[in-house]
Amino acid sequence: MQTGQPTDISILLSGEAGQGLQTLERLMLGVFKRSGWYVHSYSEFMSRIRGGNNSTALRIASSPVDACRERIDICVPFSASALDRFVKRITPQTLILGDSEIIPGRYQEQGLAVVNVPLIQMAKDAGGAITLNMIVLGVLSGFLGVDLELVMTQMGLSLSGTDTERQARNIAAATKGHAAGVVLREQKPGALPALAHSETLSRALLVNGIDAVGLGGLAGGCNFVSSYPMSPSTGLLVFFARQAQAFDVVVEQAEDEISAVNMALGAWYAGGRALVTTSGGGFALMVEGLSLAGAIESPLVIHIGQRPGPATGLPTRTEQADLEHALYSGHGEFPRAILAPGTMQEGCTLARHAFELADTYQIPVIMLTDQGYLESNHLVQGLEIGAAPVVNHLIETDAGYRRYALTDDGVSPRGIPGYGAGIVCADSDEHDEGGYITEDMDVRRAMVEKRLRKLRGLANAAIPPTLVGKLPCTYLIVGWGSTFHVVKEALEALGNIDITFLHYAQIYPLHAQTAGMLLQARKRMIIEGNATGQFKRLIKMHTGLDFDAQFLKFDGMPFMLEEVIARLEDFVKESAHA
Amino acid sequence: MPEDFDFDHAIDIAWCPGCGNFNILKALKNTLAELGVSRRTLVFVSGIGQAAKTPQYIRTSYFNGLHGRSLPAATAIKAANPSLTVIAESGDGCTYGEGGNHFIHTIRRNPDITNIVHNNMVYGLTKGQASPTSRRGFLTPVQITGVQLEPFNPLALAIALNASFVARAYSNDVEKTQEILARAIRHKGYALVDIFQPCVSFNRVNTHQWYKNHTAYLDQTHDPADREAAFKLSLMTDPFQIGIFFINRENPSFEETLAAYKDDKRPLYQRSVNLDEIGRLLKSLAA
Repeated sequence: MQTGQPTDISILLSGEAGQGLQTLERLMLGVFKRSGWYVHSYSEFMSRIRGGNNSTALRIASSPVDACRERIDICVPFSASALDRFVKRITPQTLILGDSEIIPGRYQEQGLAVVNVPLIQMAKDAGGAITLNMIVLGVLSGFLGVDLELVMTQMGLSLSGTDTERQARNIAAATKGHAAGVVLREQKPGALPALAHSETLSRALLVNGIDAVGLGGLAGGCNFVSSYPMSPSTGLLVFFARQAQAFDVVVEQAEDEISAVNMALGAWYAGGRALVTTSGGGFALMVEGLSLAGAIESPLVIHIGQRPGPATGLPTRTEQADLEHALYSGHGEFPRAILAPGTMQEGCTLARHAFELADTYQIPVIMLTDQGYLESNHLVQGLEIGAAPVVNHLIETDAGYRRYALTDDGVSPRGIPGYGAGIVCADSDEHDEGGYITEDMDVRRAMVEKRLRKLRGLANAAIPPTLVGKLPCTYLIVGWGSTFHVVKEALEALGNIDITFLHYAQIYPLHAQTAGMLLQARKRMIIEGNATGQFKRLIKMHTGLDFDAQFLKFDGMPFMLEEVIARLEDFVKESAHA
Repeated sequence: MPEDFDFDHAIDIAWCPGCGNFNILKALKNTLAELGVSRRTLVFVSGIGQAAKTPQYIRTSYFNGLHGRSLPAATAIKAANPSLTVIAESGDGCTYGEGGNHFIHTIRRNPDITNIVHNNMVYGLTKGQASPTSRRGFLTPVQITGVQLEPFNPLALAIALNASFVARAYSNDVEKTQEILARAIRHKGYALVDIFQPCVSFNRVNTHQWYKNHTAYLDQTHDPADREAAFKLSLMTDPFQIGIFFINRENPSFEETLAAYKDDKRPLYQRSVNLDEIGRLLKSLAA
């Protein structure tokens, strides 16, 4: 377990939908980054527009922090019921900073550290309840020792679109809050750890998973996006809609997911580079289209932002339970690839790679993210986009062009209509080399084998897993996708134990070295955000190797640092006794 | 020349002798030749069914996708390369049944494509079940006591949605069908041509003789700009009206509304990644 003084400060803001938490989150990230601190935030919210209870958890530190944690150092309730869902995480060390008017008396009676700051009255004085989030921004900035000037600069940048009257009101509120925060800082010396400021963060980027995947998509030449809104994938549709003008992207909200995927395939057929973004339920509707991509050997990039199912499940929460859905969906047999980023850089790199892979092998490529990944904000020093220009793997057709010409690697040169003298015939029925319907069994066999031959090249091109630590090792923990940061930070916290982490960003085809790597550990544990160990099953199927332990989570929340540390400690302890 | 769309080898056509599809195929080839459409810039898009096989028999590019899904694919093909002539062609089951939602929203979206729907009021390929346009009482192996559902009225629906071009033809009148098809293909925006045709194998009610007795060409005085009149005419069932019901030139085509073509008319495949803009976007994330 971590010892000594905490090196980060964890803040929880809790309130109702409509109380301006999102604006506050964005501002605080900017303000703290501006003052030279690393930041991370994760918001969890209920599937409703008003009321209920939403929360934003921010971490501030003097070194990179990229995972959620349970510990709360400062908690700011925006409403009377705001603390109810977090009682288990509030300890005597937590400063509950807020209005004694709305903080139920029982918290104080239990000996918890309630610090009365009349936030609501201050908001009223500053222009109404609508300014509450700006009051909190000011109070926390002042309390943490951030200069008012920095707060004002950030507000000027982030809120420049709002009208002048509102801006003046916001500035007044933040200034008022800041003064109260400064007083509080003087009253409570030593309440917070002193965090060193870094000089190198001015050019660092604040990104979430949507930005990362969106930027990678643009770098991959994505110029067509057709989708139907579905949480938590909609952010990517919004990202492309906002960039449509600058990047010449055709963006269309389809009438349903079936239309969306068939549009994407039509776009690829005519020379576009198309992406669809959806979640598990929407992907279910796209599955016949996925199979069509397999039949007509069309490139296709599908982004699935996972959320808990089955059916509607928990619409705004997170899970990693659609791995098998992505892997086994679609009737018939055809090759595909599945990628799952863990870091922001991976999101960017893999989204670009998805387009290149799809185009090179003329296959569907699925990007598997989840709500936790998409909606967590990270501070990164930069995002590597890759300088080489995107190459369309297209040929100018000649008069005798045959779309499905048989080749050694299974990939036929891809032509498009309107480019060259040939014609391009794509058919969902089994077809001959020219693309015409056939029921000739020899042709059928040849076409099935041709399509599946691509798997060889695909498997050779598989991205190797990322090793954190060394092999051989005593303990190996294996994860995929969004679990990267939390496991990495847990390992750092554990220190001297001989434990190594193997992170997979490509799920399928599975990298050929997998068995060899797994065999270099004495004990193996898998961590994944689902109830049945889907990746564990996949690895077992491909390598025959099982795991000694597993850590599965499926309550809708991302993995938390403390629970991962505790589970790893148990794993080591259990293994030692075994 | 219509022969430009013929193959230089014999082809095996999967339709029954006497099928209305043959006349539609002939009318189409004649129309394409008459309009001077080049095989190199023409794309047919179809779903599944006997009508959806039509593109197999025309020597040009085609995208024969999934049952009911021809319109989304056709919309995107046109949007990815607006210089292509795009014709979506399928049957009544595919377009109005399985693809009903796409039919509605494609009308609203108004891509510059032609939508030819072979309407024989029956499912041919799956051997004789009711289609959305089957008349009430029509007996089939599934609807054994006769069709109980209100027949789907594609023309009335399209006119109600302020579609860009709405017409109906009859397959046995090749000459008139050609005239209608030519105007539909030339029309800018979504153009629906519902084509009545007999199914000689599975529809013994709506035969050639039946169509002769129950259809009539629109009165020459009908003004296709008159939406209310067009709607009224689209409700007539005895005789069913044939001809161009409605033309609405007011709405822009889908492609015209796309930001990607505002300053640049090139098809998407000729574009490259704007790395400068990516740099700008990255920079904005530092603020």
